[in-house]
Amino acid sequence: MCAVLRASIALLLLAAALPGEARVHIEQWTTQSGARAYFVETHALPIVDVSVEFAAGGAYDARDRAGLGQLTLNLMKGGSERYSEAEVDRRIADAGAQLRDNFDLDRAGYALRTLSSETERKLAVDTLAEILQAPRFATGIFEREKARAIANAAEAETQPDHIAEKRLYALMYPAHPYGLTATPSSLAAITREDVERHYRARYGAAGAALTIVGDLTVDAARSLAEQLTSRLPRGDDVTLPPPAPPQSGETVRVGHPSTQSHVLLGEAALARDDPDYFPLLVGNYILGGGGFVSRLMTEVRSKHGLAYSVYSYFYPFAQRGPFQVGLQTRRDQANEALKRVRDVIAEFVAQGPTEAELRAAKKSLIGGFPLRIDTNRKLLEQVGVIAYYRLPIDWLDAYPARLEAVTLDQVRGAFARRIAPDKLATVVVGATD
Amino acid sequence: MVSWISGFIFAALALVSAARAETSEFTLANGLRLIVKEDHRAPTVVQQVWYRAGSMDESPGTTGVAHVLEHMMFKGTRRVGPEEFSRLVAEAGGRDNAFTSTDYTVYHEQVHRDRLPFVMRLEADRMANLAIRPEEFAREIKVVMEERRLSTEDQPRALLDENLLATAFSAHPYKSPTIGWMQDLQNMDWKDAQAWYRSWYAPNNATVVVVGDVDPGQVAAWAKRYYGALARRAIPPRKPQSEPVQRGMRRVVLKAPAELAYVRFGYKAPALRDPAKDWEPFALAVLVKVLGGNDAARLNQVLVRERRIATSAGAEYELLSRGPGMVLLNAAAAQGHSGSELESALREIAARVAAQGVTAEELQRAKVQLLAQLVYRRDSFFAQAMEIGELESSGLSFRDAERIPEGIKAVSAGQVQSVAAKYLVDDALTVAVLDPQPLERGAPAHTAPAAH
Repeated sequence: MCAVLRASIALLLLAAALPGEARVHIEQWTTQSGARAYFVETHALPIVDVSVEFAAGGAYDARDRAGLGQLTLNLMKGGSERYSEAEVDRRIADAGAQLRDNFDLDRAGYALRTLSSETERKLAVDTLAEILQAPRFATGIFEREKARAIANAAEAETQPDHIAEKRLYALMYPAHPYGLTATPSSLAAITREDVERHYRARYGAAGAALTIVGDLTVDAARSLAEQLTSRLPRGDDVTLPPPAPPQSGETVRVGHPSTQSHVLLGEAALARDDPDYFPLLVGNYILGGGGFVSRLMTEVRSKHGLAYSVYSYFYPFAQRGPFQVGLQTRRDQANEALKRVRDVIAEFVAQGPTEAELRAAKKSLIGGFPLRIDTNRKLLEQVGVIAYYRLPIDWLDAYPARLEAVTLDQVRGAFARRIAPDKLATVVVGATD
Repeated sequence: MVSWISGFIFAALALVSAARAETSEFTLANGLRLIVKEDHRAPTVVQQVWYRAGSMDESPGTTGVAHVLEHMMFKGTRRVGPEEFSRLVAEAGGRDNAFTSTDYTVYHEQVHRDRLPFVMRLEADRMANLAIRPEEFAREIKVVMEERRLSTEDQPRALLDENLLATAFSAHPYKSPTIGWMQDLQNMDWKDAQAWYRSWYAPNNATVVVVGDVDPGQVAAWAKRYYGALARRAIPPRKPQSEPVQRGMRRVVLKAPAELAYVRFGYKAPALRDPAKDWEPFALAVLVKVLGGNDAARLNQVLVRERRIATSAGAEYELLSRGPGMVLLNAAAAQGHSGSELESALREIAARVAAQGVTAEELQRAKVQLLAQLVYRRDSFFAQAMEIGELESSGLSFRDAERIPEGIKAVSAGQVQSVAAKYLVDDALTVAVLDPQPLERGAPAHTAPAAH
């Protein structure tokens, strides 16, 4: 029956790492069509996990077609040259496999979990190969899925959390595709030809990142990688522009009949290849990332009982991704909570953490490494990030040492450079005034 | 039947039996039970402490107290200060949290194997030495009310679910939400939380489940040292709680801000009680997989794909629970389609499967899905510990884990049809309909009584 959790905190920790004792051995190669392939061999369970990701996330949508990327990804499983949509559904289910789509600002792709036994695996992988390389985009299915996407967007626009995110992203990225959110009207403008064009441009082999974890030999992994990428389209090369520097911090208040106000603050802050990456990771753990022990949690929840969930995170992307802070509180407390959050951020940026806080954060992050890679599914996600962002192959192994090396001055300097408290965009949905 | 499917089923059964061989059980002199499952794939371990007390053990007027006490368990003991628990676990490189359900309350830590004795000592301490400070309670109850607003008051589909259960059950405590009614939270006192703690938090009402890279003998020794020092206490008698037979369809309508109509069905059904003899719960699990849970299932194929009257549709059934079971169906409307259209379509699908049964292909597909999920569960120590804890808390034994795949495998098409005909009937049905309202910006949608 239903369970009520003590907290559901957005812990978008930046990446994972390793204990000294458990190194992850990653095989890496390039397929004949030019896709990057990464493989972690582990035979403890009869399971194979595969993910294939492309530079086809929300950032590649045109402003007047926002939602095209997500719709295209969704339609790829709606039937292929060889299989009807219903056959795709049945083949995945008959194999006992699980197929899910992954979509964020940068990346779009599919992840498949299948049993490693030959018959089931072949059935599932053969179906994924069709989804990725020979989608049919039939008109009737396009119309149906477009209508569904419009309905879901219209539903989302009634919900306070969605409204708050949409407004915040528009403020953080006023002229950048990271700021786009699909709306019923942007979706209505999309044609079947747009979808086909988007697929051919964005799902090229050269941009594909393939990750495999599980019960396969290297030879079997190599042939699986060829099967999933040899027929991919050629694709176009697109480089994302960097977002503009943060604007002067604006506060937007949106009316909504909810009993709580949803309060969000943010600005464009951190790219994957940023030299401040590790100091910001460690610093954010202290500020608002470290679950029940962060400064934000202590001030807003433990001391004043103003919110159930309050958090901060950096979400690093190819270009500067958001630094975001959020909470929900009873409407009449929104201004008080907002003021407390702003004070905590301003003090942290001005003074940085204490020596004791830094020591505790490092102990927790380094000591917690084994928990970030102790399942095949977690490994798939971690190695998938290495694959997509072309991180060094020893990224995970080197991680603890790079955390350990972070100093107090680095954290203070990084926050001072990256976060301008007076330039944080602010959104309050369900506002009192 | 296709031969490869049965080949896989045997492989899945072998895997589950092997898992059972790696599991050890201990009972301490004070009645605490310890179940340890070895898994050496990674140098980590999960500890879950299961108390057999959930919201179904509450009384009217203090609904939500099980969950409120769960929050207070992080607010310090006679030795550990408020918020210290989580700080100590974090510094040990661990993650901790807890959850409360209708049936039980669970506290858990995931740590490197070397830190297991440390978190066992922490849990043993708060099993007996909790200090409920009135000023801490006063702040934390506000947090819980914010949690209720976030998870229920402002979530139309969650609020609908609450309405469904409140309508479907007239006597059984499943009628009250685990988070508690807002008014009960507003009137709750620190003494209510303390009374709850004194009633149910005792070694003889707890099961400690440990899964990971450990040696069971060593874990048992630590358990004796930390938990073994606590005194057994009398647990309140549990009165039988049964729901009178439902004799006719019930319905409830909820108006809330939304764009799409949404419908949820609840059919009264049995839960698993005797894994050696019961077959109906296994047949229900298969039936629900035929109806929902993957893209090839009937609700998605008929409502979303063919008739296009829904944007999504699904089905749920929990095999294990202390109280009565329920088959749940749901569907969200497509634009331009109403709740009543969805309602008649869902009833048609239920009537058809009761009248005509399922195909051999559907039966096989549902079984493969259920069994594959049992295999996938082994990827996570946490999920394996959950399986053990759920079995134990619902009155079964962790040893019954291996009967579950056998029970699923043994289900026939005839049995699926027979449980559909017996349980998916209007007289045992509660229909809950979300009637979407346009957003009126500014005013609260529904006036929950103001706090304090």
